[in-house]
Amino acid sequence: MAQPFRLSRGGRIDRTRPVRFTFNGRTVEGFHGDSVASALLANGIHLVGRSFKYHRPRGILSHGPDEPSALLSVDRGPGRIDPNNRASVVEARDGLKTLSQNHWPSLEHDIGAVNDLLSPVFVAGFYYKTFMWPRKFWDKVYEPFIRAAAGLGKAPAVADPDRYANRHAHCDVLVVGAGPAGLSAALAAARTGKRVILADEGPEPGGALLHDVTAEIDGRPAAEWLSATLAELDSRENVILLPRTTAFGYYNHNHVALAERVTDHLPSPGTAPRERLWQVRAGEVVLAGGSHERPLVFADNDRPGILLAESVRVFVNRYGVAPGRRIVFATSGASAYAAALDAKAAGLAVTLVDLRTESECGPELARLKAAGVEVLTGHTVIGAKGTKRVTGLIVAPVDRAGRCGAHRVLECDCVGMSGGWTPAVHLFSQSRGKLAYDERLDAFLPGTSAQAERSAGASKGTYDLAACLQEGFAAGAAAAGSDERKSFTASPTLTGFKPVRAMPTDADPTKVRAFVDFQNDVTAKDIKLAVREGFHSIEHVKRYTTTGMATDQGKTSNMNALGIVAGQLDKTLPGVGTTTFRPPYTPVTFGTLVGPARHALFDPIRTTPIHEWAEEHGALFENVALWRRAWYFPKSGEDLHAAVARECEAVRKGVGIFDASTLGKIEVVGPDAAEFMNRIYVNPWLKLEVGRCRYGLMLKEDGYILDDGVVARIAPDCFHVTTTTGGAPRVLAHMEDYLQTEWPDLKVFLTSTTEQWAVIALQGPKARAVIAPLVDGIDLSPEAFPHMAMRQGTICGVPTRLFRVSFTGELGFEINVPSDHARAVWEAIWEAGQQHGITPYGTETMHVLRAEKGYIIIGQETDGTVTPDDVGLAGMIAKAKKDFVGKRSLARPDVVATGRKQLVGLVTDDPKLVLDEGAQIVDDPAQPIPMRMLGHVTSSYWSPNCGRSIAMALVADGRALQGGPLHVTTPEGFARVTVVDPVFFDPKGERIHA
Amino acid sequence: MLLIACPYCGNRPETEFRCGGQAHIARPTDPGALSDEQWAQHLFVRSNPRGVHAERWNHVHGCGRWFNARRDTVSDRFIETYKMGETPKSQDSNSTLSTSTQAEARA
Amino acid sequence: MRRFSLSSLLTESLKGHRGWGRQWRDPQPKPAYDVVIVGGGGHGLATAYYLATVHGITNVAVLEKGWIGGGNTGRNTTIIRSNYLYDESAALYEHALKLWEGLSQELNYNVMFSQRGVLMLAHNLHDVQSFKRHVYANRLNGIDNEWLTKEECKEFCPPIDISGSLRYPVLGGALQRRAGTARHDAVAWGYARGADARGVDIIQNCEVKGIRRDASGAAIGVETTRGYIGAKRIGVVAAGHTSTVMAMADVQMPLESYPLQALVSEPVKPVFPCVVMSNAVHAYISQSDKGELVIGAGTDQYTSYSQQGGLHITTHTLDAICEVFPQFTRMRMLRSWGGIVDVTPDRSPIIGKTPVENLFVNCGWGTGGFKATPGSGHVFAHTLATGTPHAINAPFTLDRFRTGRLIDEAAAAAVAH
Repeated sequence: MAQPFRLSRGGRIDRTRPVRFTFNGRTVEGFHGDSVASALLANGIHLVGRSFKYHRPRGILSHGPDEPSALLSVDRGPGRIDPNNRASVVEARDGLKTLSQNHWPSLEHDIGAVNDLLSPVFVAGFYYKTFMWPRKFWDKVYEPFIRAAAGLGKAPAVADPDRYANRHAHCDVLVVGAGPAGLSAALAAARTGKRVILADEGPEPGGALLHDVTAEIDGRPAAEWLSATLAELDSRENVILLPRTTAFGYYNHNHVALAERVTDHLPSPGTAPRERLWQVRAGEVVLAGGSHERPLVFADNDRPGILLAESVRVFVNRYGVAPGRRIVFATSGASAYAAALDAKAAGLAVTLVDLRTESECGPELARLKAAGVEVLTGHTVIGAKGTKRVTGLIVAPVDRAGRCGAHRVLECDCVGMSGGWTPAVHLFSQSRGKLAYDERLDAFLPGTSAQAERSAGASKGTYDLAACLQEGFAAGAAAAGSDERKSFTASPTLTGFKPVRAMPTDADPTKVRAFVDFQNDVTAKDIKLAVREGFHSIEHVKRYTTTGMATDQGKTSNMNALGIVAGQLDKTLPGVGTTTFRPPYTPVTFGTLVGPARHALFDPIRTTPIHEWAEEHGALFENVALWRRAWYFPKSGEDLHAAVARECEAVRKGVGIFDASTLGKIEVVGPDAAEFMNRIYVNPWLKLEVGRCRYGLMLKEDGYILDDGVVARIAPDCFHVTTTTGGAPRVLAHMEDYLQTEWPDLKVFLTSTTEQWAVIALQGPKARAVIAPLVDGIDLSPEAFPHMAMRQGTICGVPTRLFRVSFTGELGFEINVPSDHARAVWEAIWEAGQQHGITPYGTETMHVLRAEKGYIIIGQETDGTVTPDDVGLAGMIAKAKKDFVGKRSLARPDVVATGRKQLVGLVTDDPKLVLDEGAQIVDDPAQPIPMRMLGHVTSSYWSPNCGRSIAMALVADGRALQGGPLHVTTPEGFARVTVVDPVFFDPKGERIHA
Repeated sequence: MLLIACPYCGNRPETEFRCGGQAHIARPTDPGALSDEQWAQHLFVRSNPRGVHAERWNHVHGCGRWFNARRDTVSDRFIETYKMGETPKSQDSNSTLSTSTQAEARA
Repeated sequence: MRRFSLSSLLTESLKGHRGWGRQWRDPQPKPAYDVVIVGGGGHGLATAYYLATVHGITNVAVLEKGWIGGGNTGRNTTIIRSNYLYDESAALYEHALKLWEGLSQELNYNVMFSQRGVLMLAHNLHDVQSFKRHVYANRLNGIDNEWLTKEECKEFCPPIDISGSLRYPVLGGALQRRAGTARHDAVAWGYARGADARGVDIIQNCEVKGIRRDASGAAIGVETTRGYIGAKRIGVVAAGHTSTVMAMADVQMPLESYPLQALVSEPVKPVFPCVVMSNAVHAYISQSDKGELVIGAGTDQYTSYSQQGGLHITTHTLDAICEVFPQFTRMRMLRSWGGIVDVTPDRSPIIGKTPVENLFVNCGWGTGGFKATPGSGHVFAHTLATGTPHAINAPFTLDRFRTGRLIDEAAAAAVAH
């Protein structure tokens, strides 16, 4: 019979809509509205997993996000398999495949269970005491063995086909949790007209109202109040209600992160994202996240069939499922009585065992007795019977001194245990609010706030329904700036419990295994061992025993662990300390956090106006900072080297065209522009004539080169600055910083014009001939327009700032045109150049050509530790300037000392050998290791125009070594080289002035 | 992510800003006159306080303006932000905190 | 000290483990010590251990304001490597790596040093050049480090996506096979147990509130929450709190303290065999023995003592992780946290004397201090014992910021460390 443990009536499931999924291959039937856990229980399936260390059979402990044991691998189709899903929060739907974890060969028969027999050895921290001999065995033998045993499920093996979304939102009031307190808060806030977001982790808002079937609010059933409240919230445009949405992180300045699960519950996800990250900046936050029930700590309290008492109530009332037919409730407090009453009302056989004496109990005792339930007060739980399913609970009377009387076995197929309640203060603690211990409630409660938030309801230790509603309403109103209050009447809630750390027992404590942290297999004994070994801070105990470190992060275990430590040390709970809660509240997929930020959206891609042209002409591209730059233009059959050789030759012999648009450009404008330039650059600027260019070098204040580039003076009060491709943002930031914060008196504006000017570099002896017919208003003759000059006119009718500059050593122009016209101008030049054999070239050829001339590239010859003198550019420094950024640092003792690395050229003995860039340089390759390294190769290429390899290097006192031999590392050993001047081609520099 | 009140634009998320480190370190008017010791002090030594800290921020992905802020480095709470060249209003109200931190430090 | 071994473990397991005593004592502070170490993290405890074992100085106290190993020692991503570029750094970290290789046996405490290899991925031509520079420099310094093609990277670490679809495709990588990870807490506990057994007093919940100096200005002791403690020499090893402690002796430091975040995933069966660092996209990742993916993020941009940073730092790191390892998007973040790292202007540590007589400092490890723990403690112990730096820490002076003799690995290579 399907669903033998489904109750004949009740629950919020839709019995008209059956769903089928599989568990370990077996078909499980449930109803729409079921969780995987409730559907498994409806079918009598309690054994759902094996524990981390001892491979003990484990069942379902809880109905909610605190579930430590029932962790399943869930398969939602190809590529959609992931591990460690809590059965209690996965919604049952057609077609799901669920699998238990951490066993071999099967869940029923698990070889790993032998660990359970070895448990006397595998105590807390045992691995710190052994596995040390022989030394090599750790990472070869022991560790692989331990690693294979550890970890629960299997990581996904293939890329995820799902997509994830991100959303930023602002609101006046964010309410976390849609239980009675949260709903009431949202209602109060919403009625003020403020923007409200109400987020709840469950599929259906309502919290405890979803399973409290007997409560009344203001004289009507709680369920009616719930639907009326939801209807009102739903009708208000200022309210966003987010079900299936967990507030998992509370960050600075009321930045709260929510994870919304959008499609996992749907049979077919369609085109919607699987999950969505909401980053909410809230004016005020109301935390109403409820509380978590504590398990009782007794021998074998981890047997399948032993649940939290309130969870039994949830399964019965909300899901219409009997977790067992004969249920024993074991408790030290009142709330389990409500569960017992509801189970009894559902027709189940119920017994209740209470550690408290009759006089310690409240009205709950009489009510349960009146319902005809046997209640054993003053009784402890000695242990549980059964292995793969609980078959009985061993109980005994216990006196004030903790002495146990005669054992009695209560036969059962389900236990509902309750050791009291722990408010969910996770988000409050994440917000850096200070927790305060409340002895009466045996709980840490929100104390002093650090941010604009307030707590309400059970998360603040308020458990009574009417009180929760009132407190929530007041919190919501206050968060919305209103002082409105509202009183509610509701059925009184059974509250109050006697804190118990571990149940009194007469068993040999060294033999008893009473679990505190179910998932990590940490027992009370382990915690006591840690204390004995000197781990007294709760943080030490956690780290030594791993309690509270599992996927539930101690939601069910922390208070019991803390209590046991405090008991051992005879301290109060706050004396041992509470651990700091860290995000996330419950685990969040990486996908949610990443959203769409992958591949092309990982970082913006910047392209130039010439990009498509380059693509059409077969360019391959390289990433340079955020830019895609044409790397080289291979013709069919050409590799990098062949293409670059051809491109290099074309530039030197004819003309090449190069897209230099990625160069950073900054317009420096204002009456004090020249003075500003003087302070920022090492060079002098005051006397630079309008229409002339200068190579500028810029330092950081520590004296090291920051950037370089050609600068043209457009007008007495205007400079056109260029920077390196990658350096543009930091140069502008550097300039702005000094301008705004050090020299606010200077009348200067800085404007980035990188995107406004496209730059077409035309280089080679025929460059002038190509553009001559296209240019108007500029005399291109060498006399009128010499090297390092800039003229304004038009090209193809488009206004241009035409620079006669060269990074190749050839006659060359850099044609700045407005970006919108760049492609048209480029194509016109391309057409005009056809008769001259114009050749497009990319960054690789640009690198080779400049290296042939010994021109440095920032970031290649320099690396953040290089001064102007190191790269032979000391001559750029204006001697007459008293100060510029970085000048003082150039006088520091170590910067003026000998032995600094200096830029030189290197030629290999074997002209065909191209050295590795980054290769290290020594004078004696026969010296013992560690060798004295003199420097390294910064640039190295095959130079088609030199007919040999060339290299640039930074070498200690290198300029003094000219002509001498050195040795450079190669993959195989060393290569002999000779130090030369780093100008390999046209050393007199005649071609550039052609 | 911090929420930062740009004195020109109002509250904006931290990702629009770049932090420029300790504020009110004026660049010496004549660096050449400083000893190596003094120059190193200017370049590298920072107060790095545990408590109220005056620091520089740049609304780089916004108005582009630099401004100053006083922030508590323990709580990350901003006490105020103010334009370059302005004097912080909160100096007095917070001097107790900074003094006690210093007194603590010197005890 | 009760020796740890398989046989002692088995013996105890028959007796319910009742025979294990405290791993270190909980002594009351004495009025004075030969050496007082301020800071009970890995570096401070290692310093005490080597003072006792190498220099025979056992009249030593380690003062910890909270619980030992509770700062950056217990908050880092446990990466250990020595493939640094400059001779000075390479010597320091290689010294540490050699000590790591025998540390479990030396301490009789399994610190789980696992030499599973650290692979640093290159994502652009600049990375390639920079990593080759490292590989060659390491070779000449006798440190293992090798260049792998992207296919070899994939073979060494199968989850890496080497297809061209990445925003910054993987071009290759530098692999140090001797590098790896260790169990961070065990390092602190092992050193504490070893030092304690030799007479060192480890005093927890003891916060230093002042440094007392005599008329000549020399440091003579510390004021603490547990009273005044005299000291012939004081070693400050307080990581993110160094500026605060040094200010007690009127010494201003070239340091800034930043939040550094890290996170772990839920535990899964072995899926990630090594450590991968990807500086171009800002991510570090390995898998712990417990099965969690351990992922390091970058620092926030502002100074803070809050041990908490912004979510955008975490998401940016995971962007990079999922970009390079696309199979991990369905993994879940289990826990994230922050440490406070003290960063110097050249991002290399300061280990040595201060302007105040008898006051020494070991700080500025930034984001990379864990890997140096044994080496740092070893050379700092030498410095405290002899009053002069060991040859290995001699370059790491405070004075280098005056002379300009910086050791700037990051500037040299754009490699975070």
